[in-house]
Amino acid sequence: MLSRVADSVFWLSRYVERAENVARFLDVNMHMTLDLGDSLSQQWEPLVATTGDHKTFSERHGPATRDSVWQFLTFDRKNPNSIVSCLYSARENARTIRGSLPSEVWEELNKFYLFVRGADVPNALENTTHFLGEVKRYSQLLVGIMESLMSRNEAWHFGRMGRNLERADKTSRILDVKYFILLPTTSEVGTPLDVIQWAALLKSASALEMYRRVRGRIAPEHVVGFLMLDQDFPRSVRYCLSRAEESLRAITGSPEGTFQLRAEKLLGRLRSEFEFTQAADIIHSGLHEFIDRVQLSINEVDAAIFDSFFATQPIANVSEQSQSQTQSQSQSQSQSQSSSTAE
Amino acid sequence: MRLDNYQTDGFYDEMFDEAGTPRSRADVLASRLSALSDGELVRRQKAADLTLLNMGITFAVYGHEAGTEKVWPFDIVPRIVDGAEFEIIQRGLRQRIFALNVFIDDVYNEQRILKDGVVPAELVFSASCYLKQCVGLKPPGGVWCHVVGTDLVRDGDGKFYVLEDNLRCPSGVSYVIENREVMKRTFPQIFGGLRIQPVEDYPERLLETLQHVAPPNTQSPNVVVLTPGIYNSAYFEHSFLAQQMGVELVEGSDLVVSDGYVCMRTTRGLQRVDVIYRRIDDTFLDPKCFRPDSALGVPGLMDVYRKGRVTLANAPGTGVADDKAIYAYVPRIIKYYLGEDPILNNVPTRICSEPEDLQYVLHNLSKLVIKPTNESGGYGIVIGPRATSEELAKCADLIRANPRNYIAQPMLALSRVPTIVDDHLEGRHVDLRPYMLYGKDIFVLPGGLTRVALRKGSLIVNSSQGGGSKDTWVLA
Repeated sequence: MLSRVADSVFWLSRYVERAENVARFLDVNMHMTLDLGDSLSQQWEPLVATTGDHKTFSERHGPATRDSVWQFLTFDRKNPNSIVSCLYSARENARTIRGSLPSEVWEELNKFYLFVRGADVPNALENTTHFLGEVKRYSQLLVGIMESLMSRNEAWHFGRMGRNLERADKTSRILDVKYFILLPTTSEVGTPLDVIQWAALLKSASALEMYRRVRGRIAPEHVVGFLMLDQDFPRSVRYCLSRAEESLRAITGSPEGTFQLRAEKLLGRLRSEFEFTQAADIIHSGLHEFIDRVQLSINEVDAAIFDSFFATQPIANVSEQSQSQTQSQSQSQSQSQSSSTAE
Repeated sequence: MRLDNYQTDGFYDEMFDEAGTPRSRADVLASRLSALSDGELVRRQKAADLTLLNMGITFAVYGHEAGTEKVWPFDIVPRIVDGAEFEIIQRGLRQRIFALNVFIDDVYNEQRILKDGVVPAELVFSASCYLKQCVGLKPPGGVWCHVVGTDLVRDGDGKFYVLEDNLRCPSGVSYVIENREVMKRTFPQIFGGLRIQPVEDYPERLLETLQHVAPPNTQSPNVVVLTPGIYNSAYFEHSFLAQQMGVELVEGSDLVVSDGYVCMRTTRGLQRVDVIYRRIDDTFLDPKCFRPDSALGVPGLMDVYRKGRVTLANAPGTGVADDKAIYAYVPRIIKYYLGEDPILNNVPTRICSEPEDLQYVLHNLSKLVIKPTNESGGYGIVIGPRATSEELAKCADLIRANPRNYIAQPMLALSRVPTIVDDHLEGRHVDLRPYMLYGKDIFVLPGGLTRVALRKGSLIVNSSQGGGSKDTWVLA
């Protein structure tokens, strides 16, 4: 397939997944802060830190309040990772490759964009559950359509790889929210409030019910293990990395356990690290530090994929079309988000 | 809903005769419309608008903010063409396209028609779309214009006339197919039992045509659609056709000339391309051969083309035959090559580069429609009877300064079709653009794009200037 098309399918899937996960971030933060007392109920700054966009945020909004963070993450067109910007970029990517996608994919994505663009902002801020629910529903609908209508060709694999890399990154960030949200006192660790927060976190990754079946009661170590290392849960980081690697190998034709490209080497290494890690190891090394490292590694995989597939031709006007849209890790100051598509 | 108060206002109406009685081809449609409860038609129209928005059926308007997309304006009251009448149109178009194709081939090769003085040589060589780079070219199968859309209008006398030929990159056929799709989604009841000829097989036939004209001895030819990109006004159509044919939609930067062939850059390296259905203008095709500043084309493409290693559809240079001054000679061109009289008539045309015509035009400006010979999309047209005296004076100056650039035609009373205005129907002027494919033989799609001037009294049907469209039904 055309390199340009591969690039766009990859990014279209990532942007849709990103929009869905921003909705999940907002959801989890809202649930966690609702149960806290007044003094701690306004912890919205941590959410911005988690998404890695705190620099853009402080430049544009000043102090973090519920409304300013909401505005920033949902309808702010100047924030390249807001829900509306993600959908704009997803749709522009889809538009350039409309010929290579099933019409149903285009049509639903177009409706998704029109829904977010046309949303009544005050009403959406008032009625958050409905709005976030619709964002998640549309995203899942798109995944479902691609699953059921697209041949398992290169385009499908590029899309699946993009979606799973994005999801791995974002699930790790959802877990990171818990690191930032403060409890009233350290002695609250392990109390009902703490348990409720861990449960809310699972819920925002739509993982609570599946977690219960495997692990039963809520324990921080188990939650970390489930969202990071579970083999079967489709939003766990390990699961996503494995699927991404499968698609990468389907594209290159490399047999399992071997690699031809740097991207395969890096992704295979990362995946195997997850296969040979336990939750206790993660907590021992520090959850937040571990998450940071994972995000860095995923960014390296991204860069290698770009080099291998999308930037192979040394022709000036091709490189202009390339996109490099990784999000920085949660604490880092740099933000390398640029899109070829003009606003 | 009431149809009895509908006014034809002395124009030829496609649905009703002068007495206000439905024409026989439209009587079923008229009775179904009148059986609708009040407000139902408007509700269906709104549903159709929403469907178009959701399907993302849009076009870009130049001169606005980059990337402005407008939803395709569509009126759900169809335009009906009688089957027997369309058969004559089909024959007329086949005759016309066949002759024009021979003309192009002749102009770039033997030039018999110029030597015999049937068409003035200087008129041909001064046409802005005449390309000296195409002299001596012999496209596969002798076909130059593979995809053609010809604009027809029905005048007050009820007869169809050819208004202009579009032999370069005619657009709009995707809207023919999508208009039908939207009608079927939003107004299925109206179709029952009417035996409307299908238009949905166009992409299949287009692919067949493109494969047929591949360079000789190509096994399973690789066809692509070449687009200038998403900001082009017809981008929707480019992606639609590529998708429906199942071929790659490429931009110039996706293609490269390598080892004497045109190839596309894929995730697995370079892959050869055999046929390019190109939707970029001639002079942008190859910066080495035409405009050096073109970033849309493929350097070296024309060399590969000249060697017969890739097919371009349409061939470069075809625009020489749809120049508006050459248009006036088409009846003579048909007669010269085929020895036949034209089946479809031209609109009588004055060519300002001919001194007698020029005098006539300057004396009768206020009665005529003045058109620049090398513009399309309805730009630059002056409608004499509706122009102010300053506009006419300015127009006269322009003509005197460059007579070659202008033709003049009488003002036509374009036929009208009932069209939804607020909550009722009013007549609006329409034209008709049928589409043809020229591969092994010439295929005319039964139907075409009916464009409608939505503004009251307006004659300009172009979508860039307030035009809309209608589904066009050719009855079996």
